[in-house]
Amino acid sequence: MKSRPATVRIAAGQGFWGDWLEAPYRQVTGGPVDYLMMDYLAEVTMSILQKQKARDPSLGYAKDFLAQMERILPVVVERRVKVTANAGGVNPRGCAQAMAETARRLRLAGQLRIGVVTGDDLLPRLDGLLARGHELRNLDTGRPLSDVRDRVVSANAYLGAGPVVEALRGGADIVVTGRVTDTGLTLAPMIHAFGWRPDAWDLLAAGTVAGHTIECGAQCSGGNCLVDWERIPDLANVGYPIVDADPDGTFEITKHPGTGGRISVAGVTEQLVYEMGNPAEYITPDCIADFTTIRLEQVAGDRVRVSGVRGRPATDKLKVSIGYFYGYKAVGTLVYAWPEAYKKAQAADRILRQRLADLGLKFESVLTEFVGADATHGPLARGARGARGGGAPLDQLPEVQLRVGVRSPDKAAVERFTREIAPLILNGPPSVTGFAGGRPKPEEIVAYWPALLDKGMVEPCVEVVEV
Amino acid sequence: MRNKAGRKKTVALVELAHARSGDKGDTANVGLIALKPEYYPILVKHVTAARVARHFKGMISGPVERYELPNLHALNFLLHGALDGGGTISLKTDAQGKVFSTALLRLELELPR
Repeated sequence: MKSRPATVRIAAGQGFWGDWLEAPYRQVTGGPVDYLMMDYLAEVTMSILQKQKARDPSLGYAKDFLAQMERILPVVVERRVKVTANAGGVNPRGCAQAMAETARRLRLAGQLRIGVVTGDDLLPRLDGLLARGHELRNLDTGRPLSDVRDRVVSANAYLGAGPVVEALRGGADIVVTGRVTDTGLTLAPMIHAFGWRPDAWDLLAAGTVAGHTIECGAQCSGGNCLVDWERIPDLANVGYPIVDADPDGTFEITKHPGTGGRISVAGVTEQLVYEMGNPAEYITPDCIADFTTIRLEQVAGDRVRVSGVRGRPATDKLKVSIGYFYGYKAVGTLVYAWPEAYKKAQAADRILRQRLADLGLKFESVLTEFVGADATHGPLARGARGARGGGAPLDQLPEVQLRVGVRSPDKAAVERFTREIAPLILNGPPSVTGFAGGRPKPEEIVAYWPALLDKGMVEPCVEVVEV
Repeated sequence: MRNKAGRKKTVALVELAHARSGDKGDTANVGLIALKPEYYPILVKHVTAARVARHFKGMISGPVERYELPNLHALNFLLHGALDGGGTISLKTDAQGKVFSTALLRLELELPR
């Protein structure tokens, strides 16, 4: 049997699709790492990718990933860094194929194996599942999926670390997946490296906490950090987080030397509570992690030790993320200047709403915000209480952006709304500007439908191909 | 009873805690973290789910749940119906609840001197 490594180093290279393009390269060149983990998939991403695939069957994955891999492939091959990424979207095979072509172009043929994880895409199987009595009820509203079946555009089960481990065991250097959980991409290398058993719940929970800590990239290493934010050094050169994991489930969060940002107990805590539900029950396909058992300790500069994590057995369900067509929306904005900027913006909003009503347009919702006054903190920022809490007196604001959004199943109504913004520049209240972006565009809304499905109904598929 | 004003002081939550928030559908979560471990019991006692629900009155349509993480000196609040439908449906600037964190820090507590 192969000897197990004493530790494994997993670096986060991408916290979401659209994250810093420099991060993956800096992570694999800034110091030694064993794995690069890259998370690309948000809840609505799958529906966007499903649309791209419908237009061109060779697409449907995160194309940014290919450009980033092209840049780092020579380093990754030379230093034997393995990569786990859910960039495959709704077409992991297509993604792997395109990457293999890139590798051959870089003369890396024969030096690389790509693992492909599929089986998460339920769209082709949806009617069969419904017919067999799997109702896929909405976790928030309790409604059965049959309510919106004819409008479904994507349906993906969240797979766990298991199939990624299988790909690594099969010799994959780069594992490209569809909808694998963010945490699974970090947990899998630990299971693979340390040989953790599938019922070692405390260890699996520890790896899951490690995954949650680094899955948003720099958000745990000084980015978007509220505590002491002004003194966090050199964010321009921010170091993305790295997990130094031990076989016993303890791990340390750190970053490459010479990079900016900060790894502190306070900053890591902010990331731990991010998008948290019941902290005692952080449910993944792999286990249930109990975040109330986590112990944090600053063991050195830019190094936080995480220990004590307890876990419980996984449930027999998988979460399913379904995207369905909901309707249309558009947002229009105009900027009003001092004096009486807020009053002018309020007057413009009243005029706009009257015109929409006079036209007989029906909307599910019309939302007005005054950016600079109440868009982020609502009534908490207004009036005397707001001024005491740091808000400026509303009659003295130097400028206010009027921001009006509408939502409707009727595209024509949303379209008509977009033509009612610009006229206000000449036929509404004075001192108005900020319309250089032109008329707003109606946008299709693909809404999110979370559901649960019996684990037995989903069979992950793992392939490993030589480049 | 002695003069109430003399025995109490008003403290803004921003002086006792930091926070980060995010979304799950139409629910915003706010993780509230004590700036010093000795502040945590103050948060537990005074920043109740009911108090937070009053603070956000008019801004959220559902209930508020609170969870305790004494190991991290933190409380986690779930604000249901906070995001105008949430995600892609929402028309709000803060459709993903990113700044409910600092909105909670505007809360003012009446503490004994």
